[in-house]
Amino acid sequence: MKGIYLDHNATTRPHPAVIEEMCACLENGWGNPSSSHAHGQEAKRILDRARAQVAALIGADPQEIVFTSGGTEADNQALCSGMAVAQPGTLLTSAIEHSAVLDTCKALVTQGHGVHILPVDSEGIVDLAQVAAALEQPAAMVSLMLANNDLGTLQPVQEIARRAKAHGAIVHTDAVQAAGKIPLDVRELGVDLLSLSAHKLYGPKGVGALFVRRGLNLPALLHGGPQERRLRSGTENMPGIAGFGKACELAMSAMKARSDHSRRLRDLLERSILEGISGTRLNGHPEHRLPNTSNLAFEELVAEDLLMNMDLEGISVSLGAACHSESRKPSPVLLALGRSDAEARSSLRFSVGESNTEEEIHRAVAVITAAVRRLRERRTR
Amino acid sequence: MTSRRMVIAMSGGVDSSVVAALMVQEGWDAVGVTLQLRSCDDRMASRSCCSADGITQARAVAGALGIPHYVLDCRETFLDRVMRPAWAEYELGRTPSPCLHCNREMKFGYLGEYAERIGADRIATGHYARIERNANGTRLLRGVDRAKDQSYFLSDLSPEQVARLELPLGGMTKPEVRALARTMNLVSAERHESQDICLAMEGLGFPESLRQRFEKDTRAGDFVDPNGKVLGPHDGFHRYTIGQRRGLGIALGTRAHVIGLRAEDAAVILSTEDTDLLSSGLLATDLHWYTPPMDHCIVQIRSRHAGAPARLELQEGGRALIQFDTPQSAVTPGQALAFYDGDQLLGGGWIDVAIPR
Repeated sequence: MKGIYLDHNATTRPHPAVIEEMCACLENGWGNPSSSHAHGQEAKRILDRARAQVAALIGADPQEIVFTSGGTEADNQALCSGMAVAQPGTLLTSAIEHSAVLDTCKALVTQGHGVHILPVDSEGIVDLAQVAAALEQPAAMVSLMLANNDLGTLQPVQEIARRAKAHGAIVHTDAVQAAGKIPLDVRELGVDLLSLSAHKLYGPKGVGALFVRRGLNLPALLHGGPQERRLRSGTENMPGIAGFGKACELAMSAMKARSDHSRRLRDLLERSILEGISGTRLNGHPEHRLPNTSNLAFEELVAEDLLMNMDLEGISVSLGAACHSESRKPSPVLLALGRSDAEARSSLRFSVGESNTEEEIHRAVAVITAAVRRLRERRTR
Repeated sequence: MTSRRMVIAMSGGVDSSVVAALMVQEGWDAVGVTLQLRSCDDRMASRSCCSADGITQARAVAGALGIPHYVLDCRETFLDRVMRPAWAEYELGRTPSPCLHCNREMKFGYLGEYAERIGADRIATGHYARIERNANGTRLLRGVDRAKDQSYFLSDLSPEQVARLELPLGGMTKPEVRALARTMNLVSAERHESQDICLAMEGLGFPESLRQRFEKDTRAGDFVDPNGKVLGPHDGFHRYTIGQRRGLGIALGTRAHVIGLRAEDAAVILSTEDTDLLSSGLLATDLHWYTPPMDHCIVQIRSRHAGAPARLELQEGGRALIQFDTPQSAVTPGQALAFYDGDQLLGGGWIDVAIPR
């Protein structure tokens, strides 16, 4: 696929080194890591290395990493298994969580659990006073995303974890969007559970991980074997895991370079649009956010029109979480920020990545500018 | 962006798939679009041209042709501009032509606005009718395959909508189109025909589907004979249409048919005489022309009607008194009119009142 890809929060292109690692695993490490012979041993070596690579990215011990089929499974396991062992009380979460968390919460409600959804302010950040007030009631768990997928906005997870732990609650954070984009340390954050996904950081799809703090004993979601300390049965997705490990290693060593590169291009794109096109504004917090994400509203326009016009010129952007795109509803995240239906429908998400160039940003800005002008002229005709 | 960009209305069926393939061959910058008219979980979407199945199929065909494909969610618009007005007609004892409304409002209205927004100046569909362009403008003609001809369904389009229309299948027969789909290796070549029943719930007629969709009460009333004598009760005014013989729900001992519907008291007027169905003419509203207006031409009064010669007395406000050269059967208020000269579609209008013979 040619074209300019500005949708890195939806997914990323696997890094060549990741693909190489996966191919090598398929060719030479195809054994079953649970087997005791040499083939199994070789596979186990690959599995152990990947586990260490993933653990290193978030400052965890390798034994604290459980490989899953992706971020969604990690979120499901964190909440379902977490609630099974947590102290009595409600599950606190926010209105702008990914649907992997919010839909799991709905399922937990039908099973008789209480869920309290915290509002966010107009910039997408959970209010600490509201959290403190909610913690006056017994809380079993708190689940807050580290970085929002639509806005890039960062939540004060560290502060909230500290307060929640003081009340004896289990703390989970969905770090799917944050991992690889900003430095992460589970000890600093003080969380018990943390979800990761490989394909958001130049790894393959279909693999992710749940960090489970040592000492927290969770029940399994999938039963059937001794894999992943019995927390996640089933023969491991070896090529996926090998690729995930490599992707984490790369993310770790390139963190600063990637982050600087993203921020420079994102700021260029954002400044060019906000200064060059009238009636545009930023959604989300200008500082407390990922370096690669920019969510912009284009007054009086329907973002879907802009998206299709850009796609026809070979530029990929999004309206928000790809998981919602079939419903054509305005982003629930933007509605939670207090935006009107029309404002939410007028917003586009740009998320830059490693492979983007300054030249691509200039071209994208030119295409957007022309499309906005044409669509607005049409409106006033 | 003054390229030759064209929007292809793709239902996922064989016809619109062939259209897309032909337009790509002709070198257009083709953009496939499927209108989502219903929710996937809506009972009315089952087995229809606009179901999720069709969307998936259209996307697959577009993918194979290497053209972009978008799904436009127009469920609300469809409900407001096609379904609600159709129900309102039934409540008045009229029989709507929802496919014409759908074409004007959705396939060429909604989609036309969309085409402008992405800088496309043409819209192509798989209708069996022909477009001819010359220095004098655009002519809309019946399809060569007269059995499949769909020009009647396009007769409510505005001249502006016709001007940017492309109908690549009008010169072919259905078997030819299907054969072409096979030689082009289109995945939809063997797909079953999508019907206009896309408007009805499974197992229910269109009016009953609408009633359930909008949760309206049925309106009971009486069957009466042409002299006003009550023949017995019926339990749903909306279920009847002019000319209907089957499923009347009353046994008179002889064959009877509906010759009139009276909204005031929900009366369904029955007659056993075929001649009572004949009309010498009709009052028409909302006339519009693609050519200068004519005072004598062929008038088609429903989709399966061969067309009959008639004299037109044009009145103000797009109205006309239309008198057939020979009386016509089952002239039904609410149905669309299409005017022809030979194969050429001259214009259209709507039946407001039938004039008894």
